[in-house]
Amino acid sequence: MFAFTAKKGRIVGAAAITALLAGTVAACGDSQDTAQTTSPADAEAALSEESSLLVWGWDPAIQPVADAFEAKYPNIDVEVVNVGTGSDHYTKVQNAITASSGAPDLAQMEYYAIPQFALSGGLADLTALGAGELESSYTPAAWNNVVVNDAIYGLPWGTGPMALFYNKAVFDEHGVEVPGTWDEYVAAAKTLHEADPDLYITNDAGDAGFATSMMWQAGGQPFQIDGTNVSVNLQDEGSMKWANTWNELVQNDLVAPISSWSDEWYQGLSNGSIASLTIGAWMAGNLESGVPDGAGDWRVAPMPVWNEGDTTTAENGGGAFSVLEQSDNKVVAQEFLEFMTASSEGQKITLDTVDGIPSTVAELSDEQWLNREWEYFGGQQVNQVLADAANNVVEGWQYLPFQVFANSVFADSVGQSYANKSDINAGLSQWQDAIVSYGEQQGFEVSAQ
Amino acid sequence: MAALSRYRKDTSVLSSVGVPKIKRSPLLFALMLFIAGYILLPLTWLVVNSTKTQKSLFSSFGLWFSGEFALFDNISKVLTYDDGVFVRWLANTALYVVVGAGGATLLAALGGYALAKFNFPGRRGVFILVLASLSIPGTALAVPTFLLFSQIGLTNTPWAVILPSLINPFGLYLIWIYASESVPTSLLEAARLDGAREFRIFFTIAFRLLTPGLITVLLFSIVATWNNYFLPLIMLSDPQWYPLTVGLNQWNAQSSTVGGEPIYNLVITGSLLAIIPIIAIFLYLQRYWQSGLVAGSVKQ
Amino acid sequence: MTLTREVETHPGAASSMPVIRRSRRSWTGWGFMAPFMIVFLFVLLAPVLYSVYLSVYDTKLIGGTQFVGMDNYIRVMNDPQFWDGVVRILKFFAIQVPIMIFLALGAALAIDSARLRASGFFRIIIFMPYAVPAVVATLMWGFIFGDRFGLVANLNDFLNASIPSPLTSSLILLAIANIQVWTFTGYNMLIFYSTLRTIPEELYEAADLDGANQWWVIRSIKLPALRGSMVIALVFSVIGSFQLFNEPNVLKGLAPNSISSFFTPNMYAYNLSFSGQQYNYSATVALVMGVLTMIVAYSVQHFGTRKDER
Repeated sequence: MFAFTAKKGRIVGAAAITALLAGTVAACGDSQDTAQTTSPADAEAALSEESSLLVWGWDPAIQPVADAFEAKYPNIDVEVVNVGTGSDHYTKVQNAITASSGAPDLAQMEYYAIPQFALSGGLADLTALGAGELESSYTPAAWNNVVVNDAIYGLPWGTGPMALFYNKAVFDEHGVEVPGTWDEYVAAAKTLHEADPDLYITNDAGDAGFATSMMWQAGGQPFQIDGTNVSVNLQDEGSMKWANTWNELVQNDLVAPISSWSDEWYQGLSNGSIASLTIGAWMAGNLESGVPDGAGDWRVAPMPVWNEGDTTTAENGGGAFSVLEQSDNKVVAQEFLEFMTASSEGQKITLDTVDGIPSTVAELSDEQWLNREWEYFGGQQVNQVLADAANNVVEGWQYLPFQVFANSVFADSVGQSYANKSDINAGLSQWQDAIVSYGEQQGFEVSAQ
Repeated sequence: MAALSRYRKDTSVLSSVGVPKIKRSPLLFALMLFIAGYILLPLTWLVVNSTKTQKSLFSSFGLWFSGEFALFDNISKVLTYDDGVFVRWLANTALYVVVGAGGATLLAALGGYALAKFNFPGRRGVFILVLASLSIPGTALAVPTFLLFSQIGLTNTPWAVILPSLINPFGLYLIWIYASESVPTSLLEAARLDGAREFRIFFTIAFRLLTPGLITVLLFSIVATWNNYFLPLIMLSDPQWYPLTVGLNQWNAQSSTVGGEPIYNLVITGSLLAIIPIIAIFLYLQRYWQSGLVAGSVKQ
Repeated sequence: MTLTREVETHPGAASSMPVIRRSRRSWTGWGFMAPFMIVFLFVLLAPVLYSVYLSVYDTKLIGGTQFVGMDNYIRVMNDPQFWDGVVRILKFFAIQVPIMIFLALGAALAIDSARLRASGFFRIIIFMPYAVPAVVATLMWGFIFGDRFGLVANLNDFLNASIPSPLTSSLILLAIANIQVWTFTGYNMLIFYSTLRTIPEELYEAADLDGANQWWVIRSIKLPALRGSMVIALVFSVIGSFQLFNEPNVLKGLAPNSISSFFTPNMYAYNLSFSGQQYNYSATVALVMGVLTMIVAYSVQHFGTRKDER
């Protein structure tokens, strides 16, 4: 590791980012929109005029929310277009930003992608549109995800607090208790795999999203961003804690080397050979629709912790909606955003459609939602476990301002440790090198520990 | 002498198939059967799995039927899912194929014929230029092409898909070879002496002689346009203009979406449905390989 | 012997880049060439030129765009990830192309010969994979390759063996070669087959009169006639394998650790551009790869036609 002094950079950092953002706004010639805060009267006026919004996103709940919004404000026409899922979607957003035309008014943005699009000037800062007042509506963990360098680049829509989804039938059959700590988890992994060599406690072929979430829960803060200063330390205490435990699992063949979302993965979940998943809360709905064979077998427990008595968890997946800088209807876009993510009406429609986890404090404590007994999970009141998780996310995590790139080269370094069953820490160091060299090429002040 | 006799084909109906004395070879048949088995193995998977429900897809052996026979149910779901968007994709694909592949074949035919039968300035340069730009990976050109197209407002329109598919350099090259082999220059000279104009000569004489080559190029263009994935993916953002490939992939990606309902059964059945028209076109076009060579317009 | 002489005057057999004799130069040909060239300039050449422009600049997330001259080219020359991909592509080419061409040639000759029963059936079966979209092909082969729940797993259970999954990093190149052979054998077969259909009947009749056997017909009539198409097939296979992208890119979803982000130069260029937004460097990688491809493709063509052109 080489130390990189960034003292000078740190002082100019704040100034640099202000200049950067100002430049972006000016460049788009839309400064009057964001120069002053919109008043409620402005918003009312904008909503009563005829206008239209274009929304890009792949989530099935967007359309019903849009329908409700149109019913409420008949003069606004909301068009929802699914331009692709995940990376296809981001490619299109990026292309539209690069071409300076063709971007929608609003786009779905997973949390890890927000800093990258924010820094490249594609997303509008919602502060001037009054988004700051909504902070208290959301859980702190959710809110933290949309704030980059003190600017607000979206409103949280769904969160992914992690929990342990496990196949109770398989656990019971082999007399395995639900693990409460990671030590117990490793022991359970051994018991299951020794009982049946085709049986694994979980699958993991090396997944950047999962790895960063695990470091997050373990208290790692490998990425620190301050303006254009980025510091990277993938060997801090939390990151190593995860890597050392996972070394034991991977090197002893205790996790199935199957990629998530592949058809093999669905098969494994269906036939019980992948016995659990430590994953974002949204998996509840996905299990129900994607693994119908598992109905009645699956249960949800809190995510295993590092020290007995802890209740910590982390975010995995989940995302926000952002207004694009290219939009010429930002005031109405902000109103739609608020309706979608902060109003109880919008959240209810969303939850009815996708069984997700609300990001607002009010909905998280809604009795009816909390006490819902899920038939798929044998009548368990799953939402209580998930709501607890949402309130116990470790604070202070930051993603890189180029996390999309970093995740795309994860398999080149850490993935090789998985494949060769070698030390994951060595893979993490290589990943860090790739991140540092990319960051420097892109003009960031990067310091590596 | 030899050159002239080569074109007297109308006397024998078919080439080697017409030679009756040769015995069928069981060994050859067995060998080809082996290759066919290799080809059919994955396709069998497709056919078998299109008869399964989403539920039994992942809980049963892939190469045998299981559960209820859901083929027809799957087909009707494919056609009606999401307000019948599959049908729309099918229509888009048909449009891209007719205009794109038809146009590509025509352009390649004209160009290949020119390269074979005319000595025009820059003829060698054309070949070098085409081969050279073909060597640059298309996926890497996607962004520059996208930026250029968006400058002139072509993105998110059918033209963004059709225009690039009009260029089939391989087709150009094939027609060039075919034209120099099967269109006798003497025939063209004769027509010119009769006072026929160049385009008339091409469409009345050369076109028919080129039929087997044109059919091959047409078939390749159809399949290439039908399976075109990367370009429409980049160029189009409105699913209303998607071709089948991009649409099916979007369905496939739905399984990795929070809240998305995995519809692998529809992806598989949809894929099967997408292959059928191609096979039908192939079966229809293949008769031209038999008869195209005995084009009646060749007079001696 | 008279037969071979005739074959040599057959233009397709003589050269893959036919030369016109006697005719005088005129602009008439452009009337036919122009439509192709106009569209070509617009959809292919313009983006290439634009890439050349991009390749001498550098755009940073922080700091904007500046002119860098040849810096990007120097970086490619010293980029181990790029050369790693180039070596892999060469290996892939050496494995995949001979097998595919050999199979396609064999199938074309078999189907063209009168000795094969049900040749129409085989013709369509072998061509069929070409009509299967790459995404679907990978889904199908992914199932077969799977050593947990796939066909390989079933085989292992059944035979009590431990065949390794073709998706491990040591075998992945073969797995991709297999998918490509499966997809493109029919395509090449069809090119060979339709060329065989242009062989004049008289040659066969004459051979028949001479009492020549099938092998002699293949060796002295069919193979020489196929020479031109074989050279094109090879040239386009060079381009195809040097641009290998679809199969590894889709398979990466199933075997992320076996396929790196720089697995092939084309994937490298793609990832630079789409995950890293390094459009400038990506354009440079694409152009350098294009030049390498051209050199190899041109050598193949030159080598393939040299004897006859002299």
